[in-house]
Amino acid sequence: MLEQIVYAIPFLFGGLWVTLVVSALTVGISLVAGVLLGCALIYGALPLRLLVRLFSDTIRGIPILVLLFFVYYGFPAIGIDFDAFWAAVTALTLFKTAQVIEYLRGAVQSIPRGQTEAGMAIGLTFAERLRYVIFPQALRRFLPPWINGVTDAVKGSALVSLLGVTDLMHSINQVIGRTYEALPLYILGAFIYFVINYSLSALSRRLERRFSFMQA
Amino acid sequence: MTDPLLSIRGLRKSFGEIEVLKDVDLDVGRGEVVTVIGPSGSGKTTLLRCVNFLESYDAGSIRIDGEEVGFSAPGQRRNERTLARMRAETGMVFQSFNLFPHLTAAENIMLGLRKVRRKSRDEARAIAETWLDRVGLAHKADSLPAELSGGQQQRVGIARAVAMEPKVLLLDEITSALDPELVGEVLEVVRALAAEGMTMLMVTHEIAFARDASSRIVFMADGRIAAEGEPRELLANADDYPRLAAFLARFRASYF
Repeated sequence: MLEQIVYAIPFLFGGLWVTLVVSALTVGISLVAGVLLGCALIYGALPLRLLVRLFSDTIRGIPILVLLFFVYYGFPAIGIDFDAFWAAVTALTLFKTAQVIEYLRGAVQSIPRGQTEAGMAIGLTFAERLRYVIFPQALRRFLPPWINGVTDAVKGSALVSLLGVTDLMHSINQVIGRTYEALPLYILGAFIYFVINYSLSALSRRLERRFSFMQA
Repeated sequence: MTDPLLSIRGLRKSFGEIEVLKDVDLDVGRGEVVTVIGPSGSGKTTLLRCVNFLESYDAGSIRIDGEEVGFSAPGQRRNERTLARMRAETGMVFQSFNLFPHLTAAENIMLGLRKVRRKSRDEARAIAETWLDRVGLAHKADSLPAELSGGQQQRVGIARAVAMEPKVLLLDEITSALDPELVGEVLEVVRALAAEGMTMLMVTHEIAFARDASSRIVFMADGRIAAEGEPRELLANADDYPRLAAFLARFRASYF
């Protein structure tokens, strides 16, 4: 079994790289988009809030696999055409963005109203209040679910193999297609995903400790 | 009164169907300490919150040093940046302290000095230390709010407000959330500020303190000013005002 694993490893580097790139793009873009839309959901004008709420609820109500196929097969029909890689990144990012919106909303709304008022009272503008008062406190509540979500993104990225994107999962299936040795390769694949996610979890625990500057 | 620092005219404010301020007029002169008392729901806290525009108001005007607080013209709300600049001219101390829990005592005071008053880090730190010393907390400069007692937190809250050198200091029931044995240390700080000529508008239930520390007491009931006057005089003649007398009856034991 070790022999098959050693044989397979060189064929997996390309796929591993694609998995990491897809995950990184998903996590990065969704963080920026989610924080912006999350702020719009909390502080925006009513029409904007309703729009973001509709987006978030819709996306979160659709299985990620359906979303993936919808973007890949459905978007070209309305004139947006992209290859499997970008279709996959788009679908995963939409999904992740909806999650980030909710994490942000929960984190920011857990900060008591008095904090905003204290910021106002010393003359801080809206942007300054967010930056110096609200966000530093919200970060502590935002971080744990968000980092959990990062590991979800890495795991979820395996779905892109279904669009024919050669990620880690797809490369494993390709090797199995040649060697007909399924078990050792799935064990190897599981191990690689585990190593990535375990490292992220360890990192998250360290970050949480670092940001636990307040009680309760 | 000539040249009032704070001038409130015909102030009206409703929350939905309920009118909480019904045509309130009030002047506070430079260096004056005006205390607003009254039963809960009488609109006193709302009045205070309107002065630094934490609450908007429906009609009337609030001027500080002749400048209208929340509106550039009737119905025309000031923009965010102007509002923020005007709020910095009034200091506010809150019932529940509202210190920033992620910042130390000194940093709580420094934030406004740095970002609003544009002081350098060293300058802001020096001012913060001076004020912490004034409120007897020099040794707590680097403590987080969670490490301070309620009374200490509130003294930091006062230091944070006055370090900005506001024209008017607003105090909203600042001892209501404190254990009785911690009230004294906070009121002592307020008394010292009053003696130095800080202009203050405060809401409190500490009638004895209001009597001793204020230049004027204003009694509010049902969104109106029902009585006002020099503290001792007003309290002595409370029987002329039935609502004030009824309100004070609850406090007799504590201030006589």
